[in-house]
Amino acid sequence: MQDKQSSTVAAPPSPAGVSRRAVLVAGAGIAVSPWIGGCGSSTQETSTQPRPPKWEADPNAVAVTLNVNGESHALQLDPRVTLLDALRDDLGLTGTKKGCDHGQCGACTVLIDGRRVNSCLTLAIAAQGPAITTIEGVAQGDQLHPIQAAFIQHDAFQCGYCTPGQICSAIGLLNEAQAHSDDDIREQMSGNICRCGAYPNIVSALRQVMNKT
Amino acid sequence: MHPFSYTTAAQPEQAVQLAATDPQIAFLAGGTNLIDEMKLNVRTPRQLIDINHLPLDKIESQSDGGIRIGALIRNTELAWNDSIRTGYPVLSQAILSGASPQLRNMASTGGNLLQHTRCYYFRDTSSPCNMREPGSGCSAIDGFNRIHAVLGTSDKCIATHPSDMCVALAALDAVIHIVGSSGERDVSINEFYVPYGDDPSRLNVLKPGELITYVQLPAMPWAKRSTYVKVRDRASYEFALASAAVVLELDGQTIKQARIAMGGVATKPWRATAAETKLAGLQIGQDSFKAAADEALQGAVPRKYNAFKIELAKRTMIKALTDAAAIS
Repeated sequence: MQDKQSSTVAAPPSPAGVSRRAVLVAGAGIAVSPWIGGCGSSTQETSTQPRPPKWEADPNAVAVTLNVNGESHALQLDPRVTLLDALRDDLGLTGTKKGCDHGQCGACTVLIDGRRVNSCLTLAIAAQGPAITTIEGVAQGDQLHPIQAAFIQHDAFQCGYCTPGQICSAIGLLNEAQAHSDDDIREQMSGNICRCGAYPNIVSALRQVMNKT
Repeated sequence: MHPFSYTTAAQPEQAVQLAATDPQIAFLAGGTNLIDEMKLNVRTPRQLIDINHLPLDKIESQSDGGIRIGALIRNTELAWNDSIRTGYPVLSQAILSGASPQLRNMASTGGNLLQHTRCYYFRDTSSPCNMREPGSGCSAIDGFNRIHAVLGTSDKCIATHPSDMCVALAALDAVIHIVGSSGERDVSINEFYVPYGDDPSRLNVLKPGELITYVQLPAMPWAKRSTYVKVRDRASYEFALASAAVVLELDGQTIKQARIAMGGVATKPWRATAAETKLAGLQIGQDSFKAAADEALQGAVPRKYNAFKIELAKRTMIKALTDAAAIS
């Protein structure tokens, strides 16, 4: 599979061995290329290699090193860049989602040293040092995290947009070990909202994992 | 977001010296209110001093029975601390009722004290707001003011103080320790917030560059009988419409003394001292609690969309008193 999030979350197998994202990017490139001459390849896979500043000679860029999913990344970032935007735009880790960008929805939840936080209200420059775990990093190779497996088993997502945040938040909840009932689960997952209403199944998934540990 | 330069401080003195030179310098701790407001251009610091590595992250029991809470202790850690849970349960409950787990993991004790109102006009730079721009007017007084205050308001500002933690700290007579370039001082939380009056922009007694380093809880063995009740539209992840922190010392059925503070209805964490005085010596029960609640909301000023808060605040206080009295 050529998915750039390769070794982590298992996506449904596709016969041609090409990810949906690559097809969409290639399709968009083909559709617009007559109008944008010579812009270079639109089908490039973004990698997790360090990137130059987004703008040429960004006068505000400073060196920022982030430790994400076990790998160290040296970036050049404007101090204003949030951890959320650095993960998505500069590291190509688009699993973490931007829902509200103001700490009101939880879609941007990641783990910093095992603690769940909103990456939209974290400056990338202030997140240097600790171990950051995103949804791309919760599986062990092809082995899904128990929370991921439980989410699939219990149909705990519909559109999937809140799901990376839900999963990271659930892992953080397990690390906190302060939930002892379904009501505790509901209250302690209340920082992640879901427009599709998958809540009951999210609770079931969490209950299953908690009962097994 | 306006551009800024970023530095980290290793010692409080260093942070304070730097910040005293320029009012456009802000301290960055959890960032849950600061970064939020910087995205809205409500705050536009030229420089951020990251104070997250300062040695202000201990909770220490004092020999006199009080507890010293470092300003960088995160809300989650404070709420789950065993000494706090058992000795000052109102504080633990208040913190856990606020925000979300993610935000509580990030937010610091000092930052929670300093968080701004969530008045939507304050947060909207295109709206007149006396707190953000003195003299520009108050959009809330004749605007949508359902979440606004009925106590402590002036004709210049009716913005509600949003914190739950601070309401509990107010009931517990917490003391805030402040370090500045001209020295250190202690200020009771109940003297920390400046009344709005004619200029609501000042907010608190901190001078430019001053840093909160810890919060001191006084020794209060009877604080074990304490509770926090929070009423809001949603079951979680929302600010209070009305809340009450109550600490009761009982002698059988008689109230020896009470501490009551209110949230969601006032311009600062609101100690209901008249209600406390009323309750001293009374028997526990609905009559006493109702008398106290009526006393507490004397002088409340309703606006077009928040008049319901006066009765709601009374009932919330009565519930908190009832629950506190029932603790075994």
